[in-house]
This record gives sequence, C-alpha cells and structure tokens, in this order.
Amino acid sequence: MTAFLKLLFRNRLAAMGAVVLSIILVLAILTPVLPLQDPNITNTGDRFARPFTEGYLLGADHLGRDQLSRLLHGTRTSLMVGAIAAFLAAFFGSAIGIISGYFGKRTDNILMRLIDMLMAFPYILLALAIVAALGTGLINALIAVAAVNIPFFARNIRGITVGLSHREFVDAARLAGKGHIRIILTEVLPNVLPVIVIAMSTTVGWMILETAGLSFLGLGSQPPDSDLGSMLGQAKDHFTTHPHTSIIPGIMIFLIVMSVNLLGDGVRDALDPRLRSGALSRPLPVTNVAKDRNVPAEDTSANAALLDIQELETQFHVGDRIYEAVGKVSLSVKPGECLGIIGESGSGKSVTALSVTGLVASPPGVITGGAVRLEGDDLLAAKYEKLRSVRGNRIAYIFQDPLSTLHPLYTVGDQLVEAIRVHDSRVSKSAARARALELMKQVRIPNAESRLGNYPHEMSGGMRQRVGIAMSLANEPDIIIADEPTTALDVTVQAQILALLNDLRRERGLAIIFITHDFGVVAQLCDRVAVMYAGRIVEEGPTQAVLDAPAHPYTKRLIACVPELGGGRRELAAIPGLPPVVNDLPPGCHFAARCDKCQPECKVGYIALEGNEKRTVRCIHPEEALA
Amino acid sequence: MGSYILKRLVAAIPVLIGVSVLVFFIMAMIPGDPALAILGAYATPENVAKLNADLGLDKPLVQRYFIWLGNMLTGDFGRSYSQNKPVIDEVMGRFGNTLILAGVAFVLCSILGILAGVVSAARQYGLADKAITFTVLIGISIPSFFLGMILIILFALKLRMFPVSGMYLIYGGGGLADLANHLVLPASALAVVATGVIARLSRSAMLEVLRQDYIRTARAKGVGERRVIMGHALKAAMVSIIPVLGIQAGFVVSGAVYIEMVFDWPGIGQMLVNAISQRDLLLVQGGVVVVAACYVLFNIVVDVAQALLDPRIKT
Amino acid sequence: MTDALDAKAPDHQTAKAPPSAGKLALKVDNLSKTFPIGGGLFSKAKAGVRAVRPVSFEVPEGETLGIVGESGCGKSTFARMLVGLLEPTTGHIEIAGKALDNADPAAFGRLIQYMFQDPISSLNPRKTIRQIMEAPLKLLHGMDKPQRDARISEIFASVNLREEFLERYPHEFSGGQAQRIGIARALAASPEIIILDEPVSALDVSVQAQVLNLMARLKAEFGLTYLFISHDLAVVEAVSDRIMVLYFGSVVEIGRAENVFSAPKHPYTKLLAGSAPVVGRPLTAPESAAAELPDPLNPPPGCPFAGRCPRVTEECRKEEPPLVAMGEDHFAACFHPL
Repeated sequence: MTAFLKLLFRNRLAAMGAVVLSIILVLAILTPVLPLQDPNITNTGDRFARPFTEGYLLGADHLGRDQLSRLLHGTRTSLMVGAIAAFLAAFFGSAIGIISGYFGKRTDNILMRLIDMLMAFPYILLALAIVAALGTGLINALIAVAAVNIPFFARNIRGITVGLSHREFVDAARLAGKGHIRIILTEVLPNVLPVIVIAMSTTVGWMILETAGLSFLGLGSQPPDSDLGSMLGQAKDHFTTHPHTSIIPGIMIFLIVMSVNLLGDGVRDALDPRLRSGALSRPLPVTNVAKDRNVPAEDTSANAALLDIQELETQFHVGDRIYEAVGKVSLSVKPGECLGIIGESGSGKSVTALSVTGLVASPPGVITGGAVRLEGDDLLAAKYEKLRSVRGNRIAYIFQDPLSTLHPLYTVGDQLVEAIRVHDSRVSKSAARARALELMKQVRIPNAESRLGNYPHEMSGGMRQRVGIAMSLANEPDIIIADEPTTALDVTVQAQILALLNDLRRERGLAIIFITHDFGVVAQLCDRVAVMYAGRIVEEGPTQAVLDAPAHPYTKRLIACVPELGGGRRELAAIPGLPPVVNDLPPGCHFAARCDKCQPECKVGYIALEGNEKRTVRCIHPEEALA
Repeated sequence: MGSYILKRLVAAIPVLIGVSVLVFFIMAMIPGDPALAILGAYATPENVAKLNADLGLDKPLVQRYFIWLGNMLTGDFGRSYSQNKPVIDEVMGRFGNTLILAGVAFVLCSILGILAGVVSAARQYGLADKAITFTVLIGISIPSFFLGMILIILFALKLRMFPVSGMYLIYGGGGLADLANHLVLPASALAVVATGVIARLSRSAMLEVLRQDYIRTARAKGVGERRVIMGHALKAAMVSIIPVLGIQAGFVVSGAVYIEMVFDWPGIGQMLVNAISQRDLLLVQGGVVVVAACYVLFNIVVDVAQALLDPRIKT
Repeated sequence: MTDALDAKAPDHQTAKAPPSAGKLALKVDNLSKTFPIGGGLFSKAKAGVRAVRPVSFEVPEGETLGIVGESGCGKSTFARMLVGLLEPTTGHIEIAGKALDNADPAAFGRLIQYMFQDPISSLNPRKTIRQIMEAPLKLLHGMDKPQRDARISEIFASVNLREEFLERYPHEFSGGQAQRIGIARALAASPEIIILDEPVSALDVSVQAQVLNLMARLKAEFGLTYLFISHDLAVVEAVSDRIMVLYFGSVVEIGRAENVFSAPKHPYTKLLAGSAPVVGRPLTAPESAAAELPDPLNPPPGCPFAGRCPRVTEECRKEEPPLVAMGEDHFAACFHPL
C-alpha cells in the first residue's frame, strides 16, 4: 500500500489532482459547520450581486442567494451523487461481468445480450427514459446515471474474468477442491479488484459530469435544492448578461472532474504493472547508441569478415537499474558461413542479434559500446536512412514466432511485395508480385499462387515460418539472422524448415547467424558456434570441435544436460543453481557459482576470452587445452 | 462480406425488439394517468375513460405493446398532444437537425482525435505529446454545456464572430453558408469531449501496437518510419479505435442534448427534454425509439467497417 | 449423432498393462471428446471437432506413462478429461479401482492431480504460497491448522524448498522454483496419480534436469503413478516406462519406452523419431513435401496420417486402422506396420 502511494505521488499530475481534490473534499465535508449563509434564502434586492461585493464573496444568483454557500452545498451534493452512482454502477456491473465471464456459455450469452440491449441506446436516451419513468429528482437521476454505466463495467470486467478463468491457477483451485463460489470470491475477485478500482477511478469524474448534466437539463435536483448542474442550469437563462453566475459553478465542476481524472489516471498507472516497468514506452526506430561508446579499431586485414561485431555492449536501463544484457561480445561471419549462437534464456543471444541493425527496443535498450561493421562500415554510427537501406536488404531477419511477427491485417503477398518495394520503388507492383510468388515457390509453399492472398492467421505455423523465410530472402541479402526460427514449431515441421534453410544457404552462399538453445540444431546446421552465458561469450569454435571436446565447463555440462533420443530410461544430468541476474553480475567468471571446478581466482577480475585463430574460451581452468 | 452484413442485420432484429420492449415498459411504468395529463382541466371521469379507450389504454399491457409495435412498423407513432401533430413528423424533423449537428461533430472528433493520438504516440514524451495530453485532459474534464456557454460569451458576444444560437438567421436566413456559420460553435463544443476520449485511446492503442513484434518485423524489412507509423501501426491500432468510434457516436448524440439546450438548436434532444417536462410521453417514446434504432444501425456500419479492416473476424 | 459416428469407429483393443505389472492405478475405457462448434444462444451445435478419438488403456501402479504428440494432437484435452476439468463425451475413468463421478471435482482431486505447463500462471499472483498450499489440505482432506502446518513442512522438505518461501508471492520465484511449488501443491492432495503436462518445457535445459530428477525421487518416495505429457521425445524417453504416441486425437502407438522410438511400428512414430535434431546426424528432411495436419473441422475418413504416410494404400484412406497388439506390450494402429 505504501509502495502504491509512493508510486502514485511520484506522478506529479496525480499529486496535483489529489491536492485539489482533497481541498474540495475538505470544504465539502466542512460545509455544514462553516459560517455560511443559508443557501436557499432569497434576497431579490441583491439579485446578480457581483463577486467580492459586501456580504457576497462570490456574488449572488438570480434570486439573490449567496453563491458561495450554494456552490459549497452544491459541490457536496454533486460529489456524493457522483460517488454513489459510480459505486452502484461498479458493483452491479462488475457482478454481472464476473458471473458472465466466469460461467461463460449460455449464462454469458444471455447476460451479454441484455447488456448489448442497454448499449443500443446512446446513454442519455436511456437516462432520459428512466428519468421520464421515475420522475425528475436527484435520486432518480442518480439511478439513471448508475444504470447507464453498468454496461461499461460489465463488459470490461467480463473481459478480464474470461481471461482469468482460463488461467491455470483457476483449474488448480478446482483440483484443490474449491467450488464455484469459493473460486469466484477467493481466486477471481482478488485479481479483478484492481481493474474495478481502476475503472471506477477513471469513470467517477465522468459520472459526476453526467449527473450534473441531468440536473442542468432540469431533470435532476429540483428547487430549492441544487447541485452544481442545476446551478448552471438555472444560470443559463442569464449567462449572457450575468456570466459570473454560470462561470463559478462551471469552473467548480471542471475542477472536480479534472482533479478526479488526474488522480484516476495516476491510480491506473500505479496499479497497472505494465506501466510500472515502463514497458509501455514506444520503441524508437533505432536503438539508442551511447554517444561516448568506445569504438574499437577496424580490422583491415585482407581476410576481414563480412560482418564483424566488435566488443558489443547492450544494456537495458529500467528505472535506476542497469541490466547488462550483452557484455563485450565479438563475433564475425564470412560470406557463406553459418554461425550458431547458443545459450539459455537471458544469455543475451537475441539481444546481440537485434543490436546488429539497431532493433533492440529502446527505451529501455541502449548500446553502450562496441562496433558492428558491415564490410568495414560501422552500422552503429550510421544515419537512420543508411541503416534502413541495410535492413532487409543486406541483413535480413527471421524471427521466432511467425504468428506475432507477421502483420495480422496484411496478406502475406502484400507483406512480401512491401519487403521488395521498400528497397527499390522502381519495381512495379506486378513485378514485385511475380517475385513474391517466385519466393513462395522457393520456400516450397504448396499452391503458392492461392496462398499469396492468405492472411497469416489462415496459415499453419510451418507455412507462416516459410513466409518469414521468403520475406528474408526477398532482396537477396548477404546475411540472414535467424532468431530461434524453429522454437515455436513442432519437431516434424522443424525438421522441414531446417532442411529448407540448409538448402537455401548452400544454393545461395548465404551467411547465416543462427540463434538457438538446441545443440542438435546447431550441430546439424552450423559451421561455427559461440556459446553465451549471462551476456558473454564463454566459448567459440568450429561446431564439431566444440561439441566433441567442450573447453568451458558450462558448455560441457550443458551438453550433458540434453537428453538424447535412444538413451532409454535414465537419470539426467543437471547444473545446480540458476544463472545470475544480469543487473547484478559478480566479478570474475559468471558461471563460477555453479561450477564444480571453481577456484578463488575465478571470482575476481575480468576473465578474457583467450585462445587461437580457431577456438577461444573464457576460462582459467578449461576442460581442454586448446590446440 | 454481403452475407456478413446480412448476418449483422438479422442479428440486429432481436436487439431492436429488445429496445422497443425496454422503452415500452419503461414508459408503461410511469405513474399517473396520461389521459388525465392530456385533458388537464377538462378531465371528468367520463372524458378520461373515453380517452383511455381511444388511446387503447384499457387493454392489457402485452396486447398494448403489440398494438404499439404494429403501429410503429407502419410509421404510426401516435400523436403528440403538446405539438399537436403526428409524433413521427415532429421526431423526423428534429432528428434531422440533430444529425447535422452530431454528424459534423462526429467527423470532427474522429479525425482530430485519431490524428492527435497518432502524433502523441509517435512523439511520446516529446513536447507535442505533452501539449496534446494536457489539452485532452482539459477537454475531457469540462462539461460540454459549460464549454458551450463560454464559447458563446467569447466568440459570439465579445468577438461577434458567430451567431449566439439557433440554426438559421430568423430574418433573411437560410442556405448552407448560414447553416455552417451557425454550426461552428455548437459543433466545436460538442466535439471537444469526444475528441479528447478518442485521442487518449488512439494514443494508447498506438503505443500498444508499436511494441508488437510485427512492427519490429516491418522495421527489420527496412520499412521507413513514416510508413511504419501511418501504415502498419495505425492500421493495427484502428482495430481497437473503431469500436470506440462507435461508442463515441453515442456520446456525441448524447452530448447534443446539452448543446441543443445551450445553443437553442431545434434538435431532438431539446424536443425530448421539453416533452419530458410536459409529460408528452408518446413523443418521448417515439423519439427514443427512433434514435435508438438509428444507433443500432450505425453500430452495424461500425461492425462492418471493423470486419473489412480485420480479416480475423469471421465473415 | 454421436451414435452414428461411434458406429464407424474401429474396434480398438485396450492397451492392457502387462499381467506382471500388479495393481492398476488407472483404467480408461473408450474415452473421447468432441467439441461442439457453431450453436448460438438457442440453437444446438450442429457439428463437432473430435479432439480425442475413443481411447482405452491401463496404467499399473508405480508406472510412468509418457504421452507424446505435436500440437493439435489432443494431449491437453486428454489430460484435462482425466483430472475432471473437462467432461468427456464418451467413456469412463477408473482410478485405483474406483469409477469416477464426473460431477465432483473434489473426488478427482483426492485421487489424481495435475501439474501445469506454465509454472507461474498456475499460481494465483495475489496469494501467498502458504495460502496456495493450504487449499487442497483444507478442502480435500479437512485438516485443521496445526495438521496443515505440519504437512506443509513435510512436503516442503521433500521438494527441497525453504519454509520461508511460504509467505512470499508467486512472482518472486524463478520458473524452476515455481515448478517445485507446483509439485508441492500436487503432492499436498496426496493423490495416487499426477499428470505432468509439459512440466519442464518452459524451463531452460540446465534447470530441466533438476526438476525431472526431483520428480523421479518423489515418485519413489510417495509411491506415485505419473502420466508425463511432453513434446520432447528425448525427455519422455528418459523418464517413462511406457510411451503412448498421439496423432490428431488418436493413439497411434503404445509400447515400452526402450522400444517405441528405437523400433517403432507406426510410420508416424518413425517420422517423429527421425525429426528430432540429433548431434552427429546429417540434416535431411524426413519428409519431402511440406506436410500438414488434416483439417480438424473436416477430417478425412480413414487413417489421419494417410496424407503424409510413405506406406499408404487405398485401404488406409477408407478405413481407420484399429489399435492392435503387435508384439509383447506393444500396440499400434496401422494396417502396414513397420
């Protein structure tokens, strides 16, 4: 709770809203004991007295009643009515939403049809009809406003509940013997409650406005009582001649609603965990590159690589924490070569790949050091337009889950055509289409012609990934970076895709950087492999050599963990402990805490990647001496 | 697509029936005797009984509903006693005026709102974003009827740029230019709140979409940033913006009621409020049913637009 | 309607446990699930997706039965029916000799528990671990507070979790720890059988083995029977006594773990085993064409694998092959077994 309040008041606008609202609230609560005139005593002699005249701090209205007193009494009424309406709407709406979402099926169907019916009216019509039926009056206006807002809550809460009731913890609770009512109250409700609070805090201002509106129309509070809306309504006839009688209550409504909205937004932001981590920031077109990064010298030797990643450092800056996702990674690929990067989740392999063309989401990502040279040019220093011309043209990507990485609203044909035409607008649409068809055939998509018009959701996972591969080939790139392209696929489909990639690579002399967590895949596809652990490369070398005689203890033990088919039933090898979190990396070797060969010297200083032309390892006590 | 439209139309029938049932029974709940209200001072027990029989009010409720429904389907909404003409004539004339006002405001708020949201998201945390966010906040907090009054004081009374109220000049008025001149202030006042809501939602929808993997894919293909924002991202964001446009249309029509009162615009809102205070229930009933029916049809248009945009919706 | 479809279903043999196996933990008879599709507010559903075709098998006490299959094979539907979270369309389930009543989830809960794939999502984010652990003890076994505390300590000790974790919330744990908490919760119900649904597929390889080895130890300690569902053939083979292979809602093969992948009878099993990337095996596509699953809304008659099968004949396309015994403790559903 204190953490919540701290978070809330760090938001300056919300704090401002809270201050204004508390002042208004205090005034409203104290109204009966303040030395004010009776709000209903008329004094026709003082009609339309101007503000700051004797005895009328805020002037008098058309009947000579004291504006200040009426304003405070009106505020009191408006706040109370708005809050009660919000509570009623939230209570009934949420109850309907939870029941509908939890039970689903016919219950859901019937309740939601009823809600649809309420939503078939522009809200004021329903409110007017209800007021017409119940008669004018503040309580009836309150009921009308609450009623027309029930659908909003019902729909929102239903949506959340549907999501929750398919979550596994609800199934787990059922297996633990809980009945429906108990599950709703103890499993679902605690998770829905923040959403209800958010919905309420963001709509209470709106409901104050709506009740004021009904009163403004003369359908809410009736004379002599008045809320802010009816004050404005009564002042309406004179606002051209005596504007102060309408401006004062108008400004009060505005202040209340604005402060409630500010506070409501603050509450939402503080309760919504996605916003808490700053994840809702939009990623920039190019990852931020620190201005003071150290740029290593270019390798100008004759056998320079096609793509040379030098001492790359990529970090995530979240709040005041710094996650060192990639620490001084150096890798290179030559034309026609396939380099594998292998590591577990959080090892920094994907971030390395995305850093190459500045695709790491930024914020929070920042490239703080190193260089990425494509035939000598440092891409990290490149201007946006230059980088854009490299992306998809010279360096293309294949991503993991093709359902989320293809645009859901464009046909795959259009997406392929776009990939071709963004780099060469001279290509006509029909020529690009013909090329797209050819690409689809090259990746062996059956009935390619008719598949061009398909949307991604109409294809299976394997077919979608073929489209992803076709798209990467569109501009005959020099390098393809494949980021776990088969992880989301079934084994039989994975085998098809890997075979396809292998054929394409041999036919075209493509350079591939292949990121995976699977040794089997690396062994079958890659010429060389780099093993990453906690943001660093711990070992690199020809695939066969590394697999046959791993030099780093981590590589060796990781290989041992992978069960191989055909081994029968057995005890599996494990590595005790967990990888370190990259915002708090220990000095020395990152694997030291889990390594059974660890010595005191492993835990101090910086351990360099050492070795020869062919193989390197980052270990003081390697398993194998590198020849 | 044709079959989808047909399906939506068929699905609207039960909703329309539900709407009519709801309106009819809400109105039937009204305490007091309409005949008594109509006859006023002339109410004698005989007159009341006769009028009740004339109006069919002596029949059972359910039967009355079907009679009412049947009449309505043939365009007979009864006769307004306060206006002394058929309800349908009064409602249609008034509703047309409301549609002009609300339609202009709706187009205004949709375009401005989406535009502001997109700019705001594209320049997140920049100056434009902060300015838009702040303006939007004021826009959604100010009561539209109060805003209307301020606009009148500023632009009609002080600056004399636009007329204070009404739809046409009383003397020598008429024509499109005159109408447009009268529309500026009320349509602006009406559009402000909805613009704010749409801008906010468009901003968050755009921010949500911009974080998606397929935006990264577009960038990885080398698609330029303008096209990423205005093409890939906006198209995907429209999926969540369009339903809100549908809901906001309802809010614009609702807001029109206040604006009509402030600007003395001869629309259906003004008519309804007056009819309620005069207890002219047939007029209220007719007005509510017509507007609700139009809104249901409008939402079908919204659904169809959504289905055209999003192929994942089963058509 | 259901009857008409059932009439066409082939005469499967029950994949019986070997006679030497002793008491049966689980007996499943003709279990199937059809999901209705279409069907609005007032109209009955017109057709159905057959997620699981009728299946019968037995699992003896103390066995680990591995269940493998790719996405869309119905393995999760199958598991949810076994624990009573989903009403089967046909068939019945017997656990430790007792027939189960579909209406009472608690009756299932005392006999069979489920361990979920996603360790974090299976723990309610707004409850402490203690609250999560207490629910089955209180509701299934009616224990009072001191009894519950004692039992929780006991379980936590056996899954190597520190008791201080009890007051924490799920988001404070890593995947591997959360998965242990999942095991602890399943154990709290003292069931006969635990269904492990992809229990390690969300975990990294180096952590996987920690969890798998713990589960093997617990099984021996508590005399449990496991149903181990996974898409990872090597993992399944390493932990199972027998393995059942599913394809498109049907059981295509059941046999001893050491035989199923090394000497498969069904061509699909062979394809699966040949597809797993293995160090030292050259990369060749096991299938020439880009083959896919049949359309579940409009399944072809006959063997569901016929469209991809190299040994297919006319017969396969017409008639669905029944599951029949092919050697000791080995069953397969194929007209032309390998």
